[in-house]
Amino acid sequence: MGGFFIDPLKPVDRALITHGHSDHARAGHAHVLATRETLDIMRARLGLGSGDEQQEARLGEPIRIGDVTVTFHPAGHCLGSAQISVEANGMRIVATGDYKREADPTCRGFEFVPCDVLITEATFGLPVFRHPPASREVQGLLDSLKLFPDRTHLVGAYALGKAQRVIALLRQAGHDRTIYLHGALESLCALYERHGVDLGPLEPATGQEKKGGDKLPGEIVMCPPSALQDRWSRRFADPITAFASGWMRVRARARQRGVELPLVISDHADWDDLCRTVVETGCSELWVTHGQEDALVHWAETNGVRARPLRIVGYDESEIE
Amino acid sequence: MNRFAHLLDRLSYEPRRNGKLALMAEYFREVPDPARGYALAALTGDMGFRYAKPALIRALVEERTDPILFRMSYDYVGDLSETVALLWPALAARAGEHGTAPTLPEIVEALHVAGRSEIPSLLSNWLDRLDETGRWALLKLITGSLRVGVSARLAKTAVAELGDLEPADVEEIWHGLEAPYEELFAWAEGRGERPDVSDPVPFRPAMLSHAIEDGDFQKMEAGDFSAEWKWDGIRIQAVCGRDAHGALAKRLYSRTGDDISGAFPDLVEALDFEGAIDGELLVMREGLVQSFNELQQRLNRKNVTARMLKDYPAHLRAYDLLSEDGEDLRPLPFAERRTRLEALVGRLGGDRVDLSPIVTFDGWEALAAARADPAGHGAGEDAAAVEGVMIKRLDSPYLAGRPKGHWYKWKRDPHTVDAVLMYAQRGHGKRSSFYSDYTFGVWRQGEGGADELVPVGKAYFGFTDEELRRIDRFVRQNTVNRFGPVREVVHELDQGLVLEVAFEGLARSGRHKSGLAMRFPRVARLRWDKPPREADRIEALEALVDPS
Repeated sequence: MGGFFIDPLKPVDRALITHGHSDHARAGHAHVLATRETLDIMRARLGLGSGDEQQEARLGEPIRIGDVTVTFHPAGHCLGSAQISVEANGMRIVATGDYKREADPTCRGFEFVPCDVLITEATFGLPVFRHPPASREVQGLLDSLKLFPDRTHLVGAYALGKAQRVIALLRQAGHDRTIYLHGALESLCALYERHGVDLGPLEPATGQEKKGGDKLPGEIVMCPPSALQDRWSRRFADPITAFASGWMRVRARARQRGVELPLVISDHADWDDLCRTVVETGCSELWVTHGQEDALVHWAETNGVRARPLRIVGYDESEIE
Repeated sequence: MNRFAHLLDRLSYEPRRNGKLALMAEYFREVPDPARGYALAALTGDMGFRYAKPALIRALVEERTDPILFRMSYDYVGDLSETVALLWPALAARAGEHGTAPTLPEIVEALHVAGRSEIPSLLSNWLDRLDETGRWALLKLITGSLRVGVSARLAKTAVAELGDLEPADVEEIWHGLEAPYEELFAWAEGRGERPDVSDPVPFRPAMLSHAIEDGDFQKMEAGDFSAEWKWDGIRIQAVCGRDAHGALAKRLYSRTGDDISGAFPDLVEALDFEGAIDGELLVMREGLVQSFNELQQRLNRKNVTARMLKDYPAHLRAYDLLSEDGEDLRPLPFAERRTRLEALVGRLGGDRVDLSPIVTFDGWEALAAARADPAGHGAGEDAAAVEGVMIKRLDSPYLAGRPKGHWYKWKRDPHTVDAVLMYAQRGHGKRSSFYSDYTFGVWRQGEGGADELVPVGKAYFGFTDEELRRIDRFVRQNTVNRFGPVREVVHELDQGLVLEVAFEGLARSGRHKSGLAMRFPRVARLRWDKPPREADRIEALEALVDPS
C-alpha cells in the first residue's frame, strides 16, 4: 500500500529499518528510513551499502508515505531501535521489531503503542524463558572475579548492543576498572560514546603484551561470542568463559558452547513480557515472526486473540542475541 | 538445599575433573553433617529412597500449566527437570508466603518416611519455596539422575582428599556405610578411626582393562600372558561370607559396586562358597550361552517373575578369585589366583557357575586367528557370545581401577552396514536441540515388488560434534514430514544420507518391523558420497543373524 518494506531481507526500493543488527539492516536498499542512531550504525557497519538515500525518522513523529502514515517508537532493544507503527484507513498495525521491556542504560525504554494488529517478535517465545534481572547476572560476574582474582574473565557478548549494555551494567554495579575489548567491539563502543552513552575506561585487549602489559589476570575482557573458543582467547590468564545471552537460560546451550559462567542477559522480551505486551496493546490480531512462533500463537488463541505465525526464513534466531 | 543446588549448578558447568574435585572438596569442608553426607549419597547414587518417576513430575506440572506449552517447552529444552524448574509458575516471586527454602536433610528425611501418595504434595510445596536453581537441583535429586558429570568414584575421591586417604580406601568400606556417612567424614578428616564395617560380603573395587592398541604387541612377550574369551554379558562380583551368627551371606555386585542380588535369586541360591568371584553374568540355556538381548530381559529389574527365571536362567562364568575363606588373594599373581579359582569351581558342582576357559596360543598371530574365529578355537557353539579376547599378564596382582600394563581387551572387529537415514529426533542432555537420534533403514523388496526402506535400528552416537552439526543441518533442510518431536528425513533412491553403521551383533526381534535387532549400533562414518540406492539390503543383514 505504501510501497515499502520493513527490515527486508533482499534489496528493495524503499526500506524501513527497525534497528542496526545485521539480519534486520541489510545492505543495498535504494532508500532507507530509520532513526538517526540506526542510520549511523548502518553507515559504520555497511559503509556504501547502507542505502543510496537515507532519511531520519524522529521517534513519535508521523511520516506520510503514499496513502499511509508511519511512526517510529522506541523498542528498548539496542541503541536506536524502534517499533514501527503503520496507519491507514483508520487501522493501525505495529511491528515491534526486536524489543525488550527491562530497563537498559544504553538505549531508550520501550513504549507500547495501542494497535489493531501487532506483529511481534518471539525469539524467547516459550514459558521457560523468564529472564532474571540483568543486575543480578552482572553481580554473579563480579562475584566470580572476586573468587578467582588470578583468572581473566572473558565475556562473550554480541558486538552491537549486548556488549555495551554489559559494560554499562558493570559500571552501574560499581566496577570502575578498565575493561578490555576485542578489536571487533571497539568501533561500536566508540559509536555508543559519540551518542552520549558513557562506558568508562576502555582499552584494546590485544597489544597489551607489547606495551609491557600482561595476560590480564583478574580483568574483564569483552569479545564477540565467536572469539570465546578461538585461539585468540588462549593468550589470557587461565580464562573463565562467560557468555551474556538469553540462551544461557538453557543449560545444554551453555554447555554446548563450553561456557563456564553463563550470564542470562537478553535484549529481547521474555515470555511474560511478550504476553503482557500483547494484552496491553489491546490488539485483536497477532502475527508472530522469528523465534518460537507456535507457543505464542497457542497462548494468544487460548486468550482470545486471533493469531498466526509468519515464518520468515533468514532471521537467525541463535546467533543474534 | 540452596548450598547443595549451588554445588550442582557449578559442577554442571565445570568441565575439568580437578575443578569438579575442588568444588566438591570445598563443599564437604564447609557444609556440616548431616547435609554433606546426604549430598555425598546423592552424588554416588546411594540415596536409599524410592526415586520419583518422571510421570509424577509431568503430572504435577501439567496440573499447573498449559500441557501444550509444557510439551513445546520440554521438546525445546530436552531435559524434564530443567523444563519444570524453569516453567514452574512463579509463585516464588511472592516469597515469604511460602516460607523459607527447605534444607537438604529436611527433604531427604521426609522422603525416607513419606508414603507414595504424599510425594506430590511434598514436592509441590518444596518447589514453591525454591528458586529456579533450587527447583532444578531438587528435581534432579528426587529422580535420581543428577548428570553433572560426577561419577560415584570421583565423589568418593573428593572425600578421600579431605585427608590423606586413597579413593580405594573409601570404596573398600563403602558398602558397610550408610548416609549421612558421619563416621566416614570423621575418618577422612583425621578426627576418627576407620569405620568398623563388619560387612561379611564387601565389594572389592573391580580391575579393568585397556583396549589394546597397534604397537602394544611389539612390547609384549606372548609367553608372559594368558588369554581368555571376552564374554558379551555383564561383569559382576559374587561374594559369600559368614555373618556374626555364622549364617552364609551372599551378594551380587555390578562392576561399579551396585548390589544387584535382588534381580538374580536363581544365581544367588546356587552360590555356595566363602570368597569373592569376579566373572561374567550370562543367560544360559541347555548349556549354551544366549545372546545379550536375552540377558537384557533380566537387567534393571527389582523383582523377577517365576516365568523369567525359567525362560532366562542366570549364570556366572568365572574369571578370577579375589578372596577365599577369609584370605585376600588380590596380591597374588594372576596365574596363582587362576589355579585357586579352578579348584574352587571344580568343588562347586551344579551348572550355575563355570570357568571361563583359557584360550591357548603360542604367539600373537595365533591369538589373532583365535579372535577371528572363536568357534574354531574352543568357543564352539558359544562363539556368537564372544566379543573378543582378554589378555592378562600372568604375574599381575588384582588392582583396583584401570592400571596400565596388566589387562588388555582386544575386541572383534564390529560388523558394519551402509544404511539410510530415515527419521531423526532431538537428543537430550548436552545434545538437546540438536537432531541426534537417528533411525536408519536398509532396502528390501516391498509388497508391490518395488524396493523400499525398512527401519533396522537407531543410533545416537559415534559421530563428532562437527559431524553432528552437519547432520543436524541436513535434517533441518531435508525434512519431509513431522510427527511431534520426530522428523522424517528425505530417503529416496538418489536423495538422502547414507550412514555406515557399526554394530556388535544381530538377533531376531518381534519388536522391529524388520524382525531384526542390532546390538550396540553406532555411526561409524558418514557417507555423504554415497547415494541411498547403493546402501545395503536386508539380505546382507539376515546373513549375520546370530544363530539362536
